[in-house]
Amino acid sequence: MQFDGDLAEIRFGAGLSPLVRPPASAEVILGRLQGADEMAVRFPVSRFDDAFARAKEFRRLRRERKRLEGQQGYEAADKAFSAYRRAHNAARIKWHGQRLLRHVYTRDAFRERLVLFWADHFTAQGKNGALRILAAPYAETVIRPHVAGRFEDMLIAAATSPLMLHYLDQNRSAGPESRAAKRRKRLSGLNENLAREVLELHTLGVDGPYGQADVRQLAELFTGLTASQDKGFVFRPGMAEPGAETVLGQTYGGGKPELDQVLAALRDLARHPATAQHLAWKLAVHFTSDQPEPGLVSHLAARYQDSGGDLLQVYAALLEHPAAWQPDLRNVKPPFGYVASACRALAVPEVRFSELRPRQLNRLLLAPLTPMGQRWEFSGGPDGWPEEDMSWVTPHALAARLRWAMAAPRRLAQPLPDPRVFATAALGRFANERVRFAARAAETQSEAVGLILTSPAFQRR
Amino acid sequence: MRLTRRSLLNRSALLGCSLAASPLVTPVSFAAAPWDTRLVVIILRGGMDALDAVQPYGDPALAGLRQTLSGGPQAGAADLDGFYALHPALAPLLPLWRAGELGFVQAVSTPYRDRRSHFDGQDLLEAGTAALGGARGGWLNRFLQQMPGVEARTAFAIGQERMLLLDGAAPVSQWAPGAGLAMSPQAERLAGLLMEEDPLFHTALNEALELTRQDLSLGSEDAADGSASGMMQAAPKGRAHTEIAAYAAEQLRGDTRIAAFSINGWDTHYRQASGLKAALGRLSETVLKLRSGLGTGIWGKTAVAAVTEFGRTVRENGTGGTDHGTGGAMLLAGGAIRGGRVLGRWPGLEEADLYDRRDLLPTADVRQHLAWLLHGLAGARKSDLERNVFPGLAMAEDPGLLL
Repeated sequence: MQFDGDLAEIRFGAGLSPLVRPPASAEVILGRLQGADEMAVRFPVSRFDDAFARAKEFRRLRRERKRLEGQQGYEAADKAFSAYRRAHNAARIKWHGQRLLRHVYTRDAFRERLVLFWADHFTAQGKNGALRILAAPYAETVIRPHVAGRFEDMLIAAATSPLMLHYLDQNRSAGPESRAAKRRKRLSGLNENLAREVLELHTLGVDGPYGQADVRQLAELFTGLTASQDKGFVFRPGMAEPGAETVLGQTYGGGKPELDQVLAALRDLARHPATAQHLAWKLAVHFTSDQPEPGLVSHLAARYQDSGGDLLQVYAALLEHPAAWQPDLRNVKPPFGYVASACRALAVPEVRFSELRPRQLNRLLLAPLTPMGQRWEFSGGPDGWPEEDMSWVTPHALAARLRWAMAAPRRLAQPLPDPRVFATAALGRFANERVRFAARAAETQSEAVGLILTSPAFQRR
Repeated sequence: MRLTRRSLLNRSALLGCSLAASPLVTPVSFAAAPWDTRLVVIILRGGMDALDAVQPYGDPALAGLRQTLSGGPQAGAADLDGFYALHPALAPLLPLWRAGELGFVQAVSTPYRDRRSHFDGQDLLEAGTAALGGARGGWLNRFLQQMPGVEARTAFAIGQERMLLLDGAAPVSQWAPGAGLAMSPQAERLAGLLMEEDPLFHTALNEALELTRQDLSLGSEDAADGSASGMMQAAPKGRAHTEIAAYAAEQLRGDTRIAAFSINGWDTHYRQASGLKAALGRLSETVLKLRSGLGTGIWGKTAVAAVTEFGRTVRENGTGGTDHGTGGAMLLAGGAIRGGRVLGRWPGLEEADLYDRRDLLPTADVRQHLAWLLHGLAGARKSDLERNVFPGLAMAEDPGLLL
């Protein structure tokens, strides 16, 4: 296999940049991934616990406003809540900007791609006004530190995150025979949501070797996983179903309910061969093609299995396989990746982001993702965003990409780059004759830049 | 005698025509489309207050629950049938009511209970399932999957909003009018040249350009606006709904049989009098725009169903509004509708009649009515509807929504 730096940046990174030289080898890519997380320091995003505390304050102010309804002091409470809510949303937009800036400036772009990939694999969303800003802090604290570690550690971090417990209703799930359920008649009882998704989406995969009984047993084992506003994650033995549970033939617990029993089950699921197969398939699809080469998938699965789910080893297996370097660009960038790689190609100055007011940043860089088909941080379900190229290249979504590409660059980079230079900066050797012709023949500079950014060569990776 | 659709339908009914032979389900002149009726589904996002839109002023308990809202005929609402009165902002639709082309169903809801979240409520309304996570995609798409001869143009999701109810395996079209491609002819040609070698992109581009041209021929202002303001916004604020309705009508005059879109702004916790007036005004304008856009012929075989994720509290709150509730109302319009009636069993507003002592008690599942519409309009089989489209639903007795 011949390592190809341009292709590495495009396929495994955030696209080409006029500022950052492509990595020289797969070892360099993996080395940076093991090294310090430079971008997290340079463009910080709130840690989960801090953002979770914000959500608490949000609720407190909202309660206060409600309490004063129709009374004196209501207007002040209303004002305080509205101001907080504005700041709340502004924070979310700011974090979005920070994450884009990481894509513009990083020399460790594979890490950014992996954070996006795994945060999507473990999709979790806030379902109310207080929590809906938490997706970026969740990716920051729950996912990011684990992307080059062991899969089981990431699985445990995600499955015990307050955001996941809220998103998939684990919070309220109590064993039917638990003390809590006996004390409180109106408790909703067992909720299978998280247990099902852990098996179906996070570990074994929908075709995995599990049945409804396993879902039920895992749901009973999960009872007790909750979150509190003050402490974050809490294991409450009082909500846990008494007795042992059997998942995939393995028995857990039996005595006093303990968190360790849950974690043991998660570790076993993480090491299961079906999980290796499922994750290998997902990685191969995400980084190479909707129909990945079976040889690549089995190569990744074997390495996962041999290394006990050491993700760094799995990435090494990916980067050493010839199928990963197939020279045609195939996968279509999803909208976030598209916009991020355009910002990188344009080398949008950091100061440009800090000049933008939250509302402007939203209009320019966040809201446009919605008509492109990706309402950012709010995918339709726990299965995250689709991988199929077809789902991004609809007339409606493609029109949104074109509109953005024609209008946004001149607001992001002034002056716009010379289109002929930009074609090479954005596409390297993938700037084919058609792209070069369009760059020359366009009537205006912004149309030329827009056309380069909408060429299939730029939209695929 | 001049045969209109309505007289034909009435005649068929008199003759005791079977459903299969009804002109409503027999494609006559449109060989390309699998059936000939039109269905428009409007999602009213935010939770429409049923008690203010279609005011049950005949219920003696209403006045005690609503201090400033839902004042009935005394406050300018139009009496419909001696029990219900129509909110003044829906008055533009009164001619339709009198023509039998407008009706309502009161006290309906999805199976969604208790949490009263917009997010989950809308998801469930669009999923069409008994509980969240029941089936992937939306009910209207699953309906399309049951029908033969469905093409991408058969159903259209319109607007920027994601229309979950049309998500799924069956091909559907989606477009936001006024969100077209405003490029110079030169840039258009060059984009075509760039994408020519990549069929996926090339097909989508041509379709987008075609839809943009249709937009322009409709006179959409924003599509012609090459400025950056068109980058992500559709029609200018306040006009989006009529643009969408006009666009829907345009499509429905062609091969499209189903259109779905949203009207937002129903979450009236505060100063409902003005908020609801605006939202109902948009709904009125939307229905009228559909009717004028479709023309008499197609309007005659059209059913419009406007549904919402939940109703609102029966009591007015301390800020002149209402909070998230349960039972709600559904609006029906169109020439195919047997209107002029408010359907639905009225549960009453006494404390003991309420759901959770605060909300209108739903007396029917809104999915039953939607299922009967699909059955009557397109001939979808009851077994398919109960098993696949709305899994586990019992359609119960035919409410007779259609002519």
